[in-house]
Amino acid sequence: MPKRTDIQSVLVIGSGPIVIGQAAEFDYSGTQACRVLKAEGLRVVLVNSNPATIMTDPEIADATYVEPITPEFVEKIIAKERPDALLPTLGGQTALNTAISLHENGVLEKYGVELIGANVQAIHKGEDRDLFKEVVEEVRKKIGHGESARSYICHSMDDVLKGVDELGGYPVVVRPSFTMGGAGSGFAHDEEELRRIAGQGLTLSPTTEVLLEESILGWKEYELELMRDKNDNVVVVCSIENFDPMGVHTGDSITVAPAMTLTDREYQVLRDVGIAIIREVGVDTGGCNIQFAVNPADGRVIVIEMNPRVSRSSALASKATGFPIAKIAAKLAVGYTLDEIPNDITQETPASFEPTLDYVVVKAPRFAFEKFPSADSTLTTTMKSVGEAMAIGRNFTEAFQKALRSLEKKGSQFTFVGEPGDKRELLQASVRPTDGRINTVMQAIRAGATPEEVFEYTKIDPWFVDQLFLIKEIADELSEAPELTADLLAEAKRHGFSDQQIGEIRGLREDVVREVRHALGIRPVYKTVDTCAAEFAAKTPYFYSSYDEESEVAPREKPAVIILGSGPNRIGQGIEFDYSCVHASFALSDAGYETVMVNCNPETVSTDYDTSDRLYFEPLTLEDVLEIVHAEQQAGPVAGVVVQLGGQTPLGLSQALKDNGVPIVGTSPEAIHAAEDRGAFGQVLKEAGLPAPKHGTATTFAEAKAIADEIGYPVLVRPSYVLGGRGMEIVYDETRLESYIAESTEISPSRPVLVDRFLDDAIEIDVDALYDGEELYLGGVMEHIEEAGIHSGDSACALPPITLGGFDIKRLRASTEAIARGVGVRGLINIQFALAGDILYVLEANPRASRTVPFTSKATAVPLAKAAARISLGATVAELRAEGLLPANGDGGELPLDAPISVKEAVMPWSRFRDIHGRGVDTVLGPEMRSTGEVMGIDSVFGTAYAKSQAGAYGPLPTKGRAFISVANRDKRSMIFPARELVAHGFELLATSGTAEVLKRNGINATVVRKHSEGTGPNGEKTIVQLIHDGEVDLIVNTPYGTGGRLDGYDIRTAAVARSVPCLTTVQALAAAVQGIDALHRGDVGVRSLQEHAQHLTAARD
Amino acid sequence: MTTSTRGATKVPAVLVLEDGRIFRGRAYGAVGETFGEAVFSTGMTGYQETLTDPSYHRQVVVMTAPHVGNTGVNDEDAESQRIWVSGYVVRDPARVPSNWRSRRSLDDELAAQGVVGISGIDTRALTRHLRERGAMRVGIFSGDAVRDDAALLARVQEAPQMKGADLSAEVATTEPYVVPAIGEKKFTVAAVDLGIKGMTPQRMAERGIEVHVLPATATVDDVYAVNPDGVFFSNGPGDPATADHPVSVMRGVLERGTPLFGICFGNQILGRALGFGTFKLKYGHRGINQPVQDRTTGKVEVTAHNHGFAVDAPLDKVSDTPFGRAEVSHVCLNDNVVEGLQLLDRPAFSVQYHPEAAAGPHDAAYLFDRFVSLMEGQRA
Repeated sequence: MPKRTDIQSVLVIGSGPIVIGQAAEFDYSGTQACRVLKAEGLRVVLVNSNPATIMTDPEIADATYVEPITPEFVEKIIAKERPDALLPTLGGQTALNTAISLHENGVLEKYGVELIGANVQAIHKGEDRDLFKEVVEEVRKKIGHGESARSYICHSMDDVLKGVDELGGYPVVVRPSFTMGGAGSGFAHDEEELRRIAGQGLTLSPTTEVLLEESILGWKEYELELMRDKNDNVVVVCSIENFDPMGVHTGDSITVAPAMTLTDREYQVLRDVGIAIIREVGVDTGGCNIQFAVNPADGRVIVIEMNPRVSRSSALASKATGFPIAKIAAKLAVGYTLDEIPNDITQETPASFEPTLDYVVVKAPRFAFEKFPSADSTLTTTMKSVGEAMAIGRNFTEAFQKALRSLEKKGSQFTFVGEPGDKRELLQASVRPTDGRINTVMQAIRAGATPEEVFEYTKIDPWFVDQLFLIKEIADELSEAPELTADLLAEAKRHGFSDQQIGEIRGLREDVVREVRHALGIRPVYKTVDTCAAEFAAKTPYFYSSYDEESEVAPREKPAVIILGSGPNRIGQGIEFDYSCVHASFALSDAGYETVMVNCNPETVSTDYDTSDRLYFEPLTLEDVLEIVHAEQQAGPVAGVVVQLGGQTPLGLSQALKDNGVPIVGTSPEAIHAAEDRGAFGQVLKEAGLPAPKHGTATTFAEAKAIADEIGYPVLVRPSYVLGGRGMEIVYDETRLESYIAESTEISPSRPVLVDRFLDDAIEIDVDALYDGEELYLGGVMEHIEEAGIHSGDSACALPPITLGGFDIKRLRASTEAIARGVGVRGLINIQFALAGDILYVLEANPRASRTVPFTSKATAVPLAKAAARISLGATVAELRAEGLLPANGDGGELPLDAPISVKEAVMPWSRFRDIHGRGVDTVLGPEMRSTGEVMGIDSVFGTAYAKSQAGAYGPLPTKGRAFISVANRDKRSMIFPARELVAHGFELLATSGTAEVLKRNGINATVVRKHSEGTGPNGEKTIVQLIHDGEVDLIVNTPYGTGGRLDGYDIRTAAVARSVPCLTTVQALAAAVQGIDALHRGDVGVRSLQEHAQHLTAARD
Repeated sequence: MTTSTRGATKVPAVLVLEDGRIFRGRAYGAVGETFGEAVFSTGMTGYQETLTDPSYHRQVVVMTAPHVGNTGVNDEDAESQRIWVSGYVVRDPARVPSNWRSRRSLDDELAAQGVVGISGIDTRALTRHLRERGAMRVGIFSGDAVRDDAALLARVQEAPQMKGADLSAEVATTEPYVVPAIGEKKFTVAAVDLGIKGMTPQRMAERGIEVHVLPATATVDDVYAVNPDGVFFSNGPGDPATADHPVSVMRGVLERGTPLFGICFGNQILGRALGFGTFKLKYGHRGINQPVQDRTTGKVEVTAHNHGFAVDAPLDKVSDTPFGRAEVSHVCLNDNVVEGLQLLDRPAFSVQYHPEAAAGPHDAAYLFDRFVSLMEGQRA
């Protein structure tokens, strides 16, 4: 049965900004879907507010709307585009919830839009706990297997307390309905915890509903990924087993594919139940994910939940098996059946089969607790990880150790030297699941714990525990052997030991181990992910390394370019870098190169086997990259390795790669050093005659103090060579400087601390530019909304700059060119400037693709990363202008006056974290980056663009109601005009006494409200915190008086997060918000596709 | 330290293919030597069922899934009384089993039953070799059996071929036995054992069928002596071209018009009884993920396969046979191999794959219901 002929156009909803629980995997899914639909000849209309996605590239869809994913904006798009159908299953929970709203408010019916890929009833049955329990019960009646955990549905706190009694007491699991990534769920061990978790859960749930469940902590946890077509054919694409037993969100668990510890009988029960559920729920076409718990003592199977859509796990399953779930889901949605769709990888067999693996896949989560020191690091059923790495090996140990080193985090690999510590203490510590628990377990094993003890304390399956013992035994052999023999070395490599680990155990340098290994002829081979365990020949070169016998890398003729990706997503290095790598791959492929991608992040478009000519799913360590380069050099000519697009990860490898004889294309390692080393960079600035804030480098407190004394406080301090402002702080006095140095354990002569004068009240400016050695192309100039001192990744910014004039741009251009030339850039450079008192200071320069490249590219309709890749391989700006890749004349610094204004806003993960007392973490922005993602608002004027960016990031700005204002003294002056505007727009102002006084003196009425510290008034007057909690405040302006959570503002800001009330923490943001509110008041806010914007821009340029 | 070192012996072992390719690894299970036809199985679960499936008699099975033995061996999942594979090739055997039903480890079980295996070799390279060159004879040698390569190769080349092998009698029961119906007995079926798996009579018994399992040597008279409502021909090892006796018994059943169902070898026998040829596939179908289309409904089922031979029948037309019109009812979507036959004028059908599963998905269990319907239809 071929595709439906009654659908000509489809609206696809993306997932918006990257947040914890909803990350780059939906860009991968959505991009696949859009491509498939376009290839089927359909007109694809896309909405996604996240500019850092491949799916929002103008060539992926026919009409791309970078607009907020809210029912209001999507309705405007529907009204304008009149699509025949809406595909809501590929954009995560955001897309699904938006589609349901559009169904419920009648918009879909009004415009005659058909929901495809899922029906509303099925979505409800799958997602509503109560209905899903009925589904499971129905399945049990039909096939005799599967049950739900005993549970109790609650709509109030009274229900919740009663429910605990019904279930027989604590602990209980609390799960809010209809939230994303398990937000708000957790274990309650007593009434206090219960009140907190359930209270928040009732708030978070759009239906004010939470579910209490019997505890199945410690059970084995499994997931199945299923697909169904309209003819009721169902296949199980992948089974996934969680290494961490029940109690840890699957997104935070180490997970393994395929399932390792099920007999066929037990696996088939899960399969039967899964198939019966997808039928009972009524998922017409597409994919779903079902989670199971299995009691290790007797095999009792409990169905935990299902997602009637493409999920993070399905992205993982796609990468793990080579079966592209999202792509096939899109085809099924437009009418194909599984047997009509060919398997891409074999090209000869159909998609109506179940992949079988002859390798093991391990996924490990990447956390960012170091960014939120006050947050509780215990892993629960609420997801907290910010990214993940996946590794493939021919056995578990190989895949597992590769996954751990892919995390690229100090201490993530097992270490076997030094005293492990006390066995009892280590076992006790391993009870609490945390980031790195696995390392604690390994130390417990080293300290003499038995397998039985490890199981008793952790409930990790004995088979996995034995694998840990196997790794430890090999480490022992390595340590005890009189010499490193070929057999021993080969055995260690077969179990995933890195050269670095072996070196550590043997007391050798990593490169010495590597030399010995190469001399003994021990090198990895590369096997193919082929969906079928070699039963059929694979046509797609999707490789992973293994220390096995036979390699499958085929020879090739064309010169290859190896692109190093960015590894697991983390705060400061996310999807933006993947975007640039993917663009490089496309551009270099067009230019006639064979493209080879190396990455280990399963969420990304770069690790789609379709993106590059060859894909190596491998860790981004020196060892792994050198082996790939070697394998590719054996296969044919290698033109070079691209390191400047994947962020700090590949950049950090460039010098060592070059030292090992690997050709690095683009900006040279020496040039990278010139930009990153303070001394060298200072020289560059000096020669160009450019000012930088006064600064110095220190390796001791005494040195730091001397510098600070000279340049004056406040100073900005940070470790050298960091990304995302890790460890960066504004220090106001000597006491804090001393403790800062004491806490920074990694200071050494080669890694000093940088001490800079902090520029108060400066305008921060970001510039992205291309340089070919001769000519500069200014990609874009971004003016930050927040003042300097807030990390650029967390700051909102506008492009073109809204308050800079032609003279400023001229200065920026000249400075950028001088730096690019001085450093020796060939490709992209990002420079941060601060404009203070009319002096343009250079803060820092990064000779690589920056986080803002996708935003700049979209805002100016110029593919900067593509151009950078071409320049790396020798093309000039002039050639690229002639080719049309860059505009024939002009650049991003001289946009026409009527060019649209784009605003980027950062999205923060505050609501995900709690301290150990269960209270929220503070939301104040600072020099250390903590945002997980970004959105873009684009419109013809700044106010509207800003309002859109807020709607996309946090929900719409209020246009009326009560605004609470409480600002620090230094901000009181600049608050007056925006406050007056708020009143003019009909807001009622609330303020604390100090702020109210200032307002009153300026003729603005504000109601004085009690501070949190004052407590409830004598007549029951609520404090501001109570008012926020009770939903009586619509907008909060609260600028911090200092840092630390003890201040009054802390409670205000955390309450704002808990109640999702817009909360502005700088006066600059207030001023922007007022412009936004003004724009909303002035009337209709329209929508316009990127293609229309681009057309407009191109016309204006000519 | 209580960790077992099981499954990780360091006794060297050698695997020698008849075309001279050699893989070196470590002994697994029993130490010694063994010969057979090298075949690969792609199932990721169900090694206990695979090992005990009589159809694997005289075959050396290569597991493409690297980890084998993780769930140990239990007392419930065997498909027959013993392990039938003649040799076993795995990459990473489990050192400790983990499952609440596990009674013993797999390598202990293999050693106890004298099954010679090899571990630690590049099973994917071996699988690719078999895929490109076809199933072939193989020998595994460990311990004292290891000699110089040329001598081992000569031994392998002397071993018997699978083509032309008549093996049913070697694996089938010698005495008839009865598997009682579960619940109310509705039908009696005579099942000719050509290497039957335990799950097959179980699936029938669950549907109220009393199954009389008869030796492979059973005659038409033996079959009708149990007064059957239906007759079943099982799976089994060997070359169907040699199965003249079962073919003649089946013709006898077809002549009488008794409802008839065949699985695997039984499908090949029905093919031959209808006058179709059989042929050896290059490397066979062995796995539990194979897409088969039921051509009568158009639906696709994911099925368990274990066959090295197939029926040569036309896919695109109804054929005339001595027993009336016949058509191909099921086809494998990977390679268009005939996976099922049915007669249009008599109550007989068969499938090449394994609706009883064990190991494998249960998608095709409906075929047992179809058999029941045929018997019901005959009564009505």
